[in-house]
Amino acid sequence: MSTFEQRRRVAFAVARKDLTIEWNSRILVNQVAPFAAIIMVLFAFALDNEGILQRVAPGLVWLATLFSMLVVIQRTFAVESADGALDALRVAGVDPSAIFIGKSLALMVQLFALELLLVGTAVVLYGVEMSLVGFAEAIVTLLTATVGLACVGTLYGGLAAGARGRETLLPLLLLPVVAPVLIGATRATEAAFGSGGAQVSEGWPWILLLAVFAVIFAVVGSVAFGPLVDE
Amino acid sequence: MNSAVASPRGTGTRNTRILGILTIASMAFLALLGLVFSAEDRDQGSSVRIMYVHVPSIWVAYIAFGMTAACSAIYLSSRNRSLIWDRFAGAAGEIGVLFVAVSLVTGSLWGRLSWGTYWVWDARLTSTAFLFITYLGYLAVRRLGGTHRQRARRSAVLALLAILEIPLVHFSVRLWRSLHQEATVATGGTDVHMDGLMLFSLFFGLISFTLLFLWLVIHRQRSLALEDAMENRGLDAAIEARREEAVS
Repeated sequence: MSTFEQRRRVAFAVARKDLTIEWNSRILVNQVAPFAAIIMVLFAFALDNEGILQRVAPGLVWLATLFSMLVVIQRTFAVESADGALDALRVAGVDPSAIFIGKSLALMVQLFALELLLVGTAVVLYGVEMSLVGFAEAIVTLLTATVGLACVGTLYGGLAAGARGRETLLPLLLLPVVAPVLIGATRATEAAFGSGGAQVSEGWPWILLLAVFAVIFAVVGSVAFGPLVDE
Repeated sequence: MNSAVASPRGTGTRNTRILGILTIASMAFLALLGLVFSAEDRDQGSSVRIMYVHVPSIWVAYIAFGMTAACSAIYLSSRNRSLIWDRFAGAAGEIGVLFVAVSLVTGSLWGRLSWGTYWVWDARLTSTAFLFITYLGYLAVRRLGGTHRQRARRSAVLALLAILEIPLVHFSVRLWRSLHQEATVATGGTDVHMDGLMLFSLFFGLISFTLLFLWLVIHRQRSLALEDAMENRGLDAAIEARREEAVS
């Protein structure tokens, strides 16, 4: 069996394990999703004007995504560090880049589900309207942004996992790094929603930025994850 | 380094004392140049004097972060992984954060005087703010605890990630700004004509701040070495005390 094949199997095993834990505990559905929804409601209270809400809906969707992502990442590494599971995997000689890819994949699935919910909330609560092309663009934006966010989140989440005070450290480390995703994804989503008179075609260059970000952190993450979590 | 660890009285050696005296003298001369000898600006008046602190501060910050990255790379790639590289990286990181803060504060004061506002959402300013936050995170990771080797490897990897992150942030912030408004600061400086003494004062500021940086970074590295040595010794003493307890 080639090392690539081995790595792929380990990565899928890790991802399946994370998603099974998630499926059985239902933290995402019962706690994180309501949290994300209440953020959207609170934004509406803070910006009490329908015209403004429609205009800034893309930015709010992505801000809510970032905040909920912090919770999800902490959760995904809490299950690892609670019983020293990550250390056990490393001691067992499991390739760290395979662990990285596996955990990123699981995170991608969870984030994508969250983002779909948030876009749905924006459509219902903020009165956003999309054309069919706009909808397709929104889906592509969600997918590319999710890959980048999941890779960065796994990388920095792993770093903060073994440490005391990680709850406060993760946002400080992660939010500056994901600023390009917030910028790119918000502009692309504005184009998809047509907010502020933006055209659908204006979104594609921003999606390219998101894709570049995703590729860079997928590659760098698989290299740097091992040294970062190795204790 | 070993002599510094052995000496109980401080982190100074003969060479650093000479460097220190040079630094203080050139700082004093810079203050004279900036506040007395150099002329007022035709448009900005005396507020232009902030430049002699503002520009050298960000210059030092760039040198410091460059040094953090270089020392981190050396630490990770060298075979014996000497902790001195880690301490130099950490010392430079701390000083870099300090000087970014100085240049942000002086910059916003200067901005208030010459453009009437403390902050504009210009690409350069925004990226600098990100630089500041990123290295605050780096310093926080250095204080996470664990053994010195763990700290060294974690923070070295993080410092190299920061080198990757900063151009990405800068690039995307520039894209973001270019769609909204033209940068007001970055383009404003190109056709500015400076008279000879002003230019000399600025240049002299760069040199004396570089001296200051070197002086600080050497001393900070030595005090970090002392801290590490103290932690090691504390651990040894604790183990020793525990053994005696067990025997008696």
